[in-house]
Amino acid sequence: MSSIKTKQEDIIEEFSMFDDWMQRYEYMIELGKSLPIIDEKYKTEDNIIKGCQSRVWLYAEMDENQKIEYTADSDAIITKGIIAILIRVFSDEKPEHILEADTDFIDEIGLKEHLSPTRANGLVSMIKQMKMYAIAYNSQQNQA
Amino acid sequence: MINTSEQILDVEKIRQDFPILQREINGKPLVYFDNAATSQTPKAVIDCIVDYYENKNANIHRGVHSLSQIATDAYENARETVRKHFNAKSANEIILTAGTTHSINLVANGYSHFLKSGDEILVSAMEHHSNIVPWQMLCNKTGATLKVIPMLNNGELDLQVFDDLLSERTKMVFVNHVSNALGTINPIEEIINKSHKVGAKVLVDGAQAAPHLKADVQALDVDFYTVSAHKICGPTGVGMLYGKEELLNELPPYQGGGEMIAEVSFEKTTYAGLPHKFEAGTPNISGGIAFGAALDYMNAIGFDKIADYEMQLLVYATKALEEIEGVRIYGAKPEKKTAVLSFNIEGIHPYDIGTLLDKMGVAVRTGHHCAQPIMSFYKIPGTVRASFSFYNTISEIDVFISALKKAKSMLS
Ligand SMILES: Cc1ncc(COP(=O)(O)O)c(C=O)c1O
Repeated sequence: MSSIKTKQEDIIEEFSMFDDWMQRYEYMIELGKSLPIIDEKYKTEDNIIKGCQSRVWLYAEMDENQKIEYTADSDAIITKGIIAILIRVFSDEKPEHILEADTDFIDEIGLKEHLSPTRANGLVSMIKQMKMYAIAYNSQQNQA
Repeated sequence: MINTSEQILDVEKIRQDFPILQREINGKPLVYFDNAATSQTPKAVIDCIVDYYENKNANIHRGVHSLSQIATDAYENARETVRKHFNAKSANEIILTAGTTHSINLVANGYSHFLKSGDEILVSAMEHHSNIVPWQMLCNKTGATLKVIPMLNNGELDLQVFDDLLSERTKMVFVNHVSNALGTINPIEEIINKSHKVGAKVLVDGAQAAPHLKADVQALDVDFYTVSAHKICGPTGVGMLYGKEELLNELPPYQGGGEMIAEVSFEKTTYAGLPHKFEAGTPNISGGIAFGAALDYMNAIGFDKIADYEMQLLVYATKALEEIEGVRIYGAKPEKKTAVLSFNIEGIHPYDIGTLLDKMGVAVRTGHHCAQPIMSFYKIPGTVRASFSFYNTISEIDVFISALKKAKSMLS
């Protein structure tokens, strides 16, 4: 199994231990509080993803092992919690693996509603933006 | 307090009229406090729509056959119900539209033929985006200048600045009767009087007022008044533009098509008279008829009773909310607004509160409520808005308050 898939399975497993929505959300709020994991200097207009409901900042860098490190933040804590999960899954991975991966595991942990475009919390655009970074770094590598 | 409020209206009986109020959300009984976005629909209105398709469906204003006549009569009766409700002089002054947004665009488009550079139009800082953007487009097209009537910290308009802004250059003034984000009831009588003194026309967006109070367009002497049926127990996608007959006569048609013509040849088309001149194409027939049924339903309960009852809900909820530490309520005191509570809890994002309340079955609106200038004024990303209707209860407010406390403790 790919490392992304393994991480997703781990998260599904963790969430399966919760009995109800309240425990799930308490956990996400905890995760959210462990953010920001973005350097203040990257919280710029350029890196902002404007949702109607909450705002998200996203930044990405390539490390020496040719893996992408994502950092992000949001002004809403539940949005932050989901960002924390997405970053755990996609960060420290090679661009080509990020591009192959999907986010179906979010449905399985009962958070699907947060990835609905009509919710306008910036998360859908954030995932798109994560993939855009992967495309950009991927083509950079191919050229090098 | 609880007893008196139950006495004004028989709420338990009223709730039986609304099938949706019996349903559950996320395993909890629905507490619907997003009435300012759209109201729920009573059985009488739903039945009216079903009855139309089962018994009356035909195109209107164009058939000699009986069914077409039946449908036309039902539609025109609804127009008459709307006329009576808002006390317009003539049914010619009631244009049935797709809602407030459509009504406003219709007027804005019409005035694009009359305005020119140097003219000024005034818009309040408290408007819904649908009462801002069409006027910006109008100004871009005509070269007229858009000026803003600012608001004060207490959620009211700054009428002193309004006085200063008014001049003989002012051609039009746009203001909502009630603010959707804050619930403030604006002093539209004064605004209309003063605007008329300099010769300006006034459009009042009544979308948020109509569910709570009955506007009399003749007493107000307002030039244009707009309403959406879906906020007053009616269906979505239908509404009203009221306009004084002489003004509507001057305005060119908005859309061309069937229904709005008298005679058509390729050389020249003459337009139909009011109100049909502004009703091109087959309208939302069932929606129009149901709009009438919705007003009948609300009038049978009585707007005075509705207002008194909603005020009790608002006072009760305001008091309970103020007792929660860190709560800031935006906008006016209960006496100066409709049953809307727009608030934040210190250090907590409205999106987080809305998400957790939903999990507990409570539907509120969060965000900027299509009124970003108000949010910029208060320097906040948005608010949580709980808006009440006459079918809500004190015990639902108790559920909301305890859910809010729970959400707060989870988030702090
Ligand atoms: C004050 C105000 N104006 C205009 C509108 C737009 O109404 P509609 O979407 O029905 O056209 C709304 C509805 O949210 C409103 O609250």
